[in-house]
Parts: sequence; structure tokens; C-alpha cells
Amino acid sequence: MDKYRFKPKSRIREFIGEKFIALNALAALIGILLIFIFIFKEAVPIFSDREVQEEASLSKMLYKQVYYEGREPKWSWQPNSTVPKYSLLPLFLGTIKAAIVAMLFAVPLAVGAAIYTSEFASRRMREIIKPVIELLAGLPSVVLGFFALVVLATALQKTFGFTYRLNAINAGIALGIAVIPIIFTVAEDAMNAVPKSLRDAAVALGANPWQVSFTMVLPAALPGIAAGVVLGFGRAIGETMIVLMASGNAAIISASFTESIRTFSATIAAELAEVVFGSPHYNVLFFIGTLLFIFTFVINLGGDFILNRLKKKLQGRS
Amino acid sequence: MKRIALIAGLVLATFSIALAGNITIKGSDTLVRLGQKWAEEYMKKNPGSVIQVSGGGSGTGIAALINGTTDICESSRPMKEKEFKLAQDKGITPHEVAVALDGIAVFLNDKNPIAELTLVQLKGIYTGVITNWKDVGGPDRKIILYGRENNSGTYAFFKEHVLNEEDYAEQTQTLPGTAAVVNAVSKDEWGIGYGGIAWAKGVKDFAIKKDDTSQAILPTMESVSNGSYPISRELYWYFNGVPTGELKALVNWVLSPEGQKVAEEVDYIPLPKDIAEKNMIK
Repeated sequence: MDKYRFKPKSRIREFIGEKFIALNALAALIGILLIFIFIFKEAVPIFSDREVQEEASLSKMLYKQVYYEGREPKWSWQPNSTVPKYSLLPLFLGTIKAAIVAMLFAVPLAVGAAIYTSEFASRRMREIIKPVIELLAGLPSVVLGFFALVVLATALQKTFGFTYRLNAINAGIALGIAVIPIIFTVAEDAMNAVPKSLRDAAVALGANPWQVSFTMVLPAALPGIAAGVVLGFGRAIGETMIVLMASGNAAIISASFTESIRTFSATIAAELAEVVFGSPHYNVLFFIGTLLFIFTFVINLGGDFILNRLKKKLQGRS
Repeated sequence: MKRIALIAGLVLATFSIALAGNITIKGSDTLVRLGQKWAEEYMKKNPGSVIQVSGGGSGTGIAALINGTTDICESSRPMKEKEFKLAQDKGITPHEVAVALDGIAVFLNDKNPIAELTLVQLKGIYTGVITNWKDVGGPDRKIILYGRENNSGTYAFFKEHVLNEEDYAEQTQTLPGTAAVVNAVSKDEWGIGYGGIAWAKGVKDFAIKKDDTSQAILPTMESVSNGSYPISRELYWYFNGVPTGELKALVNWVLSPEGQKVAEEVDYIPLPKDIAEKNMIK
């Protein structure tokens, strides 16, 4: 062993190199923490300042309010009116509606494509399909939003006869297109990672290719597919430009998907530029930002956790 | 020796370009096209000056002026008391100059049979009291409302002068610019929108009546100029303090007959000659 001891000079260099790389990794972590702290700091007056709470307290954001004498209490988001209204429910509903439509549209297509590419496609087809779908991920969201605003909305209105041209379905489908590559990549990797031994075993027992895929491989890859769906959902919740352009941005509460919606992200994008620094409106917008941060963080963490468990399971370590 | 002279020459050249003043103009989306045209023409006449124009909404422009991130703020509405005070707190003295006139046109789709509305009906439609076209003389169809985001001067002006400060209906879909509103209305048979006249291409020209008894006026150059169109307004440039030097030259050119003609060419309404002269910086 003595023969292999490194010279002192290179030991120091190695030490510095190691610590430097570790610092870089730590910097990313610290960066995220600092971003969260800064955003949350601007939202704190909602919880601490009496004056701010007169206009926008947590309860005002969650419960129905009576805004005008003699009228019914309701949930309403209109921060720039003579009587500012800060209810978060219409925005939350809008965000969820868009994400649901996106998932309903994207999951069957992406998972179907993943199954086809990893199980049934010839090598040639695989080499074409995989890069093309991953190219979709490179499409700027503003381009998708523009496409939805100008082309998709008209097409949908002509086919289905919607009363509102810009609605949750329009925004949801465009969101779905943005989300498909994410789900596809993760699902396809999950299916490829299923060990050959499982497939061989199935074939040995007399299964045809269809049965191998659906009874053997798919169940084994399910956690990975679920992780992909979860990551896609996180993206759909946080996506801004597409919903800003294609959803109509009307903060209404309705169960219908054919009406306009306003999401958290679009609200921040549209209103932060003109808000007076330090006003209650400003604080509420940062509060919404904090909420989005926490949502997407938790969702992505969940997705990664599931993916890790899958890997361990397939490698026989769980 | 030669090399030093060359480097010195280059440094001086870049310096002088920098000194020639980089003017930033930010604000109203209604005014942005006009601002860009003015900037183009002025830069043609004065090579060496660099003017950058961007939009974002009157509110955004005013916020930029208050935060000191722009030289000129374009606004399609006058600054509010609150904003004035905030500016002064931050050491900025806003100086207002009216640079053009504009009318707010109401846009309807070409296929919509309605030809005129009173201001009261318009208010009813946009506050959500009137929800169906049949209530104003049209077919039995739901009215689809299109409007601007709340950082828009057009939004604020319309709210003040047509809605009398009442809230817009919740169903109003908000779009990021008058061009987007026009685009939406041109694609939606039963939509209604509002915005500066200069943007009204591809939708119906629409007449507004002041009340039940008066005549319906179409928004045209003359009707806005002479004040007979009910929803007309001034468009403003705001400076920090009275403009001097490059800024003064720019605004005086804008108010000159030459600058006002440029405004006319892009479908904005020029100020009446005497008012333009009065507004110039002495």
C-alpha cells in the first residue's frame, strides 16, 4: 500500500478541487433556499402587519367576503378596484382546472407513445420518434401560447361550439403539449429499465409480445410512469406563458371547463409589473409565489422520491 | 504612437456615442406604436441619438418612472394622486406633457348586426348587468367580454369614464394589449372589446351615443379632435422634472407639426395646433 501513497502536493490539490466542487453543489442548494426566503419575506406582512391585514388577511383570502353592503358574500379576485378583493379560490380553481385538462390530454398520449417506443417500435422508428418528442420539450412556451391563442382556440370553437373562445380546455391542451415530453421521457426510461430477465421469463412461460408488455413490463414500470405523471403535473401547475395567453384570464368560479380561467402563475405575471412596491397587493402576489414554490417543490420532491424507489426496486435493493 | 492614437480615437468615438444619450421610453401599450414611430423618425433625422421604446402598460411605465428606470414614461391616462405622491417621496418630480389625442373605440365583430350603443348600455355590458345581445337590440346570444389587464391605462380610463369607477364584470377576459383585444374580437362573433382607435383594423367601426337622445358618433379623426366623440382622451409623456437637452429636443420635435404629422400617419389623432404649441418646452 505504501507504494501507492500520493505525493503531498497533489493531495492538497485534490483536497481543494474536491471542496470547490462541493461548494458549487452547495451553492445551488443555498440559492434555492435564498430564493424561497426572499419570496416569503415579501409575503410576511400578511401575517404580521395590522394595516395589511385590514385589506388582505389569510381569512380574507380563503373565505367568502361581503364586499358591498346588501350584496351576497362571494369569492372574488379584483385587487385593483375601489374595494380591493383578494380571494384566492378563483385562482386556485383555475390552476387546478388547467392542470387537470393538461393531464387528461397528455398522459394517454405520452404513456401510449412510451409503451409503443419501448415495446413495439422497430429500432428505426424508435430512433425517429424519441428525438422528435424530446424536441417538443425545446418548444418555447410563448410559442405554444401564441399557437393556442390564434389557431387552437378557433379550431376548438368551430369543432365544439364553445361560447367562450379562450377557456380552460384551450389552455389545458396547449399545456398538455408542453407536458408530454416530460412524461414521455420518464415513462420510456422506466420501461426500458425493466430488466431483460423479466421479459425473458414471460416469453419462456409462453406469453406473446402484447402479454409481455401489458402483464409484465407495464406493472413493473408503473412507479416510474407515476413519477413522470407527477413531474408533468408539477410543470402544468407552474407554467405561466401558455395560460397567460390562451386562457382568457378571467377569475371566475365555475365547474365548467369551457369557461375562462385565471391561474396563479398568470396572475403574478400580469400584475407584478405595475403593483406599487410594498402595498398589500404586492404582499399577496408574493404570497401566491410562495404557494406556487411550495406546491411545485413538494410535487417534484414526490416525483423524485417515487423514481428513486423504483430504481432501487428494479435493482433488487429494496 | 500610431497605435495609441488609434486606440484613443476609438475610445473617444464610443464615448461620444454613449454621450449622445441613450433615451429610454417605457409605458403604455396604446402609445407604444406611436412612440416607436416617433423614435424611428427622430433617429433618422438625428443619427447619433439612440431611443429605445417598450410597452408594458401605462401602469408599468409610471412605476418605471418612479423607480428611475426610464427617461420618459408613456401613459394613456393621467397619473393618479397616489402615484404623484409616491414619486415625490422617491425624489422624482413628474412633469406631464400631452403629446397626442386618442379615442377609445369599442370593437365588435364584423358579423355583429348592432350598429350603435349608448354610454349607459356600454356600462351595463361591461359591469355584467347586461349579459345578452338581445337586451341591446341584437340576437339572442351571450355577450363575451374582452378587456385589458389592470396595469393598462386604457383599462383605467375606460373604468373611470365609462364605468364610473364601478368594477368590471368578473367574466371579462383580460388580454395583454389592444392588438390582442382586436384579434380576439375579430375571431369571436359575439365578442366586444375596447381600445385605442389606432388599433381598430379588421373589426367593425362602431358608433357611440352619449345618451338616448344624442346622435351616434363614429370614432374618427375629426370627432375626437373636436371633442364630439364621447370617449376621447389625451395621451401623455411624463418626464422627471422639466426636460432639458436631448429630451427637450425630442419632445419639442414630437409636438412640432412634423411630429404630429407622423402621429396622423399611424392613425393617432394629432393635438390641435395651438395646444401642441402651448405644450412645447420653452
